[in-house]
Amino acid sequence: MTRSSFRLRGFYFWNAMDNSVGIVQAQHANFDQPLTCLSSGVLPRYDLAYETYGSLNADKSNAILICHALSGNHHVAGTYADDPKNVGWWDNMVGPGKPVDTNRFFVLGLNNLGGCHGTTGPSSIDPRSGQPYGSNFPMMTVEDWVESQARLADRLGIKQFAAVMGGSLGGMQAMQWAITYPERVRHVLAIASAPCLTTENIAFNDVARNAILTDPDFHGGDFYQHGVVPTRGLRLARMLGHITYLSDDAMAGKFGRGLRSGKYKFGYDIEFEVESYLRYQGDKFASYFDANTYLLMTKALDYFDPARHTEHNLAHAFAPIQAGFLVVSFSSDWRFSPDRSREIVKALLHNRCNISYAEIQSRHGHDSFLMQDEQYFAVMRNYLDNIAREVSR
Amino acid sequence: MTLPIIQSRPDFAAIAAWIPHGASVLDLGCGDGSLLDYLKTEREARGYGVEIDDRNILRCIARGVNVIQGNLEEGLSGFETGAFDFVILSQTLQATRHTEKLVREMLRVGREGIVSFPNFGYWKNLLQVLRGHMPISDELPYQWYDTPNVHLCTLRDFEQLCHDLSMQILDQRVITGGREISLLPNLLGSTAVYRFKRNT
Repeated sequence: MTRSSFRLRGFYFWNAMDNSVGIVQAQHANFDQPLTCLSSGVLPRYDLAYETYGSLNADKSNAILICHALSGNHHVAGTYADDPKNVGWWDNMVGPGKPVDTNRFFVLGLNNLGGCHGTTGPSSIDPRSGQPYGSNFPMMTVEDWVESQARLADRLGIKQFAAVMGGSLGGMQAMQWAITYPERVRHVLAIASAPCLTTENIAFNDVARNAILTDPDFHGGDFYQHGVVPTRGLRLARMLGHITYLSDDAMAGKFGRGLRSGKYKFGYDIEFEVESYLRYQGDKFASYFDANTYLLMTKALDYFDPARHTEHNLAHAFAPIQAGFLVVSFSSDWRFSPDRSREIVKALLHNRCNISYAEIQSRHGHDSFLMQDEQYFAVMRNYLDNIAREVSR
Repeated sequence: MTLPIIQSRPDFAAIAAWIPHGASVLDLGCGDGSLLDYLKTEREARGYGVEIDDRNILRCIARGVNVIQGNLEEGLSGFETGAFDFVILSQTLQATRHTEKLVREMLRVGREGIVSFPNFGYWKNLLQVLRGHMPISDELPYQWYDTPNVHLCTLRDFEQLCHDLSMQILDQRVITGGREISLLPNLLGSTAVYRFKRNT
C-alpha cells in the first residue's frame, strides 16, 4: 500500500469530485527512430505529447496506460496552471482516491500520432519538405499507435503495464496491446468498445468524412498553406458524430422539443434547443480540432479488426492474450452496443482468459463511458483495487 | 475464510466434493461468488459465474471472481458448446422461467451438470399445504404472492425431467439442516443436489 491508507478511502469516495491530481504539465518525447506504419507510410521522426500522474513504484509495476478515443488527447486529468478551466477528459475517473487512484498507480496518458494536441500530426511540419504534412501524413491504425505507445513505455522504463485501458477507440487500443504485447499487459479494461466497427458505424464515419472532404476549404488536406480551415465540414462531422454518441432518450430528456423563443418562427435559424446545442458543439469543436486528425481517427476506427488476420474468427485473433480483462458496456449505447462487448467476452472465454463483464444500465448512450455513474464507477474501483493489491505484493 | 461459506450453504459442500482439482466450472446465478471463490482456492478450479444483479457483480469483482453479467432466461448463447467440465445451477432452478431449455443448455455448454433445489415434497412443506397454506421455510422464505420460485418440484419430478430429456443421473445428495439424508429422501430431505450428464 502506498500513502492512501484505508482510513482515508471513505473520505476520498465522498469527495471524489474534489480530488483532482491538481496542476499538471504536458511533456514531450522525441523519437528519431522512423516508424513504418501498417499503411507502409513512414514517419522519419515524431514527438509524442504525454502527461503522467502519481509515481512509478520501485519495480515499475504500477503503471496504467490510458488510451484516448476519437477526439481525446494526453490531458486525461487535472488542470493547467495557465488554463485552470481546461480539466482533463477523464478527470472524474483518474485522481487521488478515484477509481484509477493516483495514490497507488502511475498513470500515463498520451496524444496519439496524427493528433493535434502536441503530438506529431498532419498539422506538424514535415522535416522533408518544411511544410505541414497535410495530405502527406501517413494513414494511422490502432496497431501503429500501440507500436508508438510501446516505444514511449520503453523510454519511461515500463516493461509491463499493470493495466492498459480506454473507452471506445481507446478500448480497441487496449485490446490490441494485449494481442501485440501479451507479456507487457497484466490487465485490459475495455469500456464501451467493440471488436470492430459495424457497417452502420463505418457508414456514419463516411458521412462525417465526406462533410470534411467536400468542404471547399479542405484543399485535399493541404489547407494550411492556403491559410484557411474547413470549419464547415468539421462542424457538420462533429454534429453528426455527437448525435450518435447520445441516445434518443438522453436527447429527449435534455432538450425535448423545447424552442429557444417559445414559438415557431418558420425559418431556418436555430429554433429547437437541440439545434442550438448541436451547432454550439460543432462550432466549439471546429475552433480547436484539426480536420485531418478527425479524418485519420475515423479511419483508424474503421480499419480496426483484429479478426481480419484469422478468417474473421475473433477467438483465434485473441489467442496470444494473457491479460485479465474487464469489459464494460452501457445499455443505451447503440454505437458500441452491449452485443459487441459480449462478442469480446465470448472470444476471451474461448481462450480461457480471466474475464469479468458488467453491463451498466445507463441512458446516456455511448457517452456514458465518460459520465459518473455509481455502478460503473464501483465496478471500475473494485477491479482496479485488486490490480493495485496484485502489483504491490 | 472459506469454511463458513460451506457451512452456511450445505449444498455447496456437496457440490464442491464433486469438483475435481483444476476443473473448469460455470456457475449460473453465482450470487456473490462465494462458491466460485471456494472452488478456486480449494480446488484450483477455473471458474466463471453468470449473474444478473448489480450488487452481486460488484461483490464478485471485489473478491476477484470472474463474473459475466447476464440474464439466464436469455439462454447461454454467450458460451461455446463443451466449454466447461461442470455447469452449476445452485438454488436457482426453481426460479427460472424456461427451466427445461436451461437444463438442456447446461449440458450443451458443460460435460456434466450440477443442480441444487429446495424439495417441495419435504414433509414440513407438505404439512403446511395440508394445513391449507403454501409452505414458508428457510429454503422457501417467500409468500406465495412475492416468490421468485415459479417452478418448484420434488426429487421425483426432477428425476422424471432428467429421464424425459435423456439425461443420466450420476450422483445425488439429499440434505436437511446440513445433514445428509438417506432414508425416504423425497419426504425427509429439504434440499436436493444432483449431478447428471447426457445419455450416451
